[in-house]
Amino acid sequence: MNQTQILVIGRHPEILATVIRLVNNNPAWNATGCITDEEAISAFDKQTFALVLLGGGIEELSEDQLSAYFTSHNPDIKIVQHYGGGSGLLSAEIYEALG
Amino acid sequence: MAQTILHKAETRGHANHGWLSSYQSFSFAGYYNPDRMQFGALRVLNDDTVDAGMGFGKHPHDNMEIISIPLEGDLEHKDSMNNVAVIKNGDIQAMSAGTGIYHSEYNNDRASQVKFLQIWIYPNKKNVEPRYDQLTLNLEDRHNKLQQVLSPSVDDAGVWIHQDAWFHLGKFDKDINTEYAIKKQGNGVYAFILSGQVEINGEVLNTRDALGIWDTDQFKITALTDAEFLLIDVPMEF
Repeated sequence: MNQTQILVIGRHPEILATVIRLVNNNPAWNATGCITDEEAISAFDKQTFALVLLGGGIEELSEDQLSAYFTSHNPDIKIVQHYGGGSGLLSAEIYEALG
Repeated sequence: MAQTILHKAETRGHANHGWLSSYQSFSFAGYYNPDRMQFGALRVLNDDTVDAGMGFGKHPHDNMEIISIPLEGDLEHKDSMNNVAVIKNGDIQAMSAGTGIYHSEYNNDRASQVKFLQIWIYPNKKNVEPRYDQLTLNLEDRHNKLQQVLSPSVDDAGVWIHQDAWFHLGKFDKDINTEYAIKKQGNGVYAFILSGQVEINGEVLNTRDALGIWDTDQFKITALTDAEFLLIDVPMEF
C-alpha cells in the first residue's frame, strides 16, 4: 500500500512523539517528525511529502520560511497548522487537507 | 438577516469507549464529518460521560483554549504545571495549552458517573505560556438571567481565555425570555440546550440540540419549559 507521507514539525519533543504515534495509527499514513527547521528541510529534501503539519511552538518567522521553502519546491504540498497537540483534531485536519 | 444552522442532538457524532461515552457536536477523533468541522472559533463541543473510577490518562495539548464545564459529579484534574484540582458541577475550568502541557482528568468517585462538557476554542494567539484557571460559580446568578462564565478579559466576570469569546449559562423557568446581544461585531453564538425546551430566533430546540446564529446583533431566547442552556459567543472569522 502506498502510504501518504506526512511531515510533522513541532518544538515539543513529547508532543511531537504523540502526534507521530497518532498519525501512524492510520495504516494509510506515515509520519516523519522533526523538531528543528534544519531537520525539517533535510527530511523534505530526501522524500516526497503530501502534507506538512505545523505543530506547536514554531515561531512565525520559521513558519513563513518553512512554508515558502516547501511550496517553492513542491507547489502541490498541503501545509496545515495542527492545533491541540496530538489531539482528537488530528485526523480531521489531515482528511480536510488531503481532500 | 440572521443566518442560522441547526444541529439536532441525534445528529452529533458518538464514541462509546466503554468507560467513556462522548457525543461530539463537531468532528473529533474517529468522528469525521466535513460539514461539522467548527462553528467559527468553536472547534470542539464534546458532551462526555465518564464511568466511575475511570478517566483520561496523561495526554498533551498545545495551542488550544480548553474549557471544561462539569454537569454532574466531580472530575479530578492534574497537569504538568503542578495544578491538582477537582472540578464539580457549578465550576468552570479554562486552560490555555499554548506552547504545550500535559494533563489528566479522572473520575475518582467509585460509584457515580461524571458528566461534563469539553469545549475547545481556537486561540487568537499561538504559543502563549500555558495557564490554568478555575472558578466556582454562584448557581443562583443564572436563575432566570444570563450568567457570564467566560470572557477574553481577566477583569471581567468568569474565567478568561485567549480569544474574543464569551460564554453565558442560563437556567430559566418556563415562559421566561430575554434578549441576547452578541458581544462583538463578527461574532456568532452557538446555543446548546442542556435541558428542557427553548425557542431561539423562532427555532424550537430540545435537550442537547444546538443552534448557531450569526450575522445579527441580537436574538430572543424563550424558555418553553424549565430549561438550562449554554451560549457560546465566538468570532466567526479569526
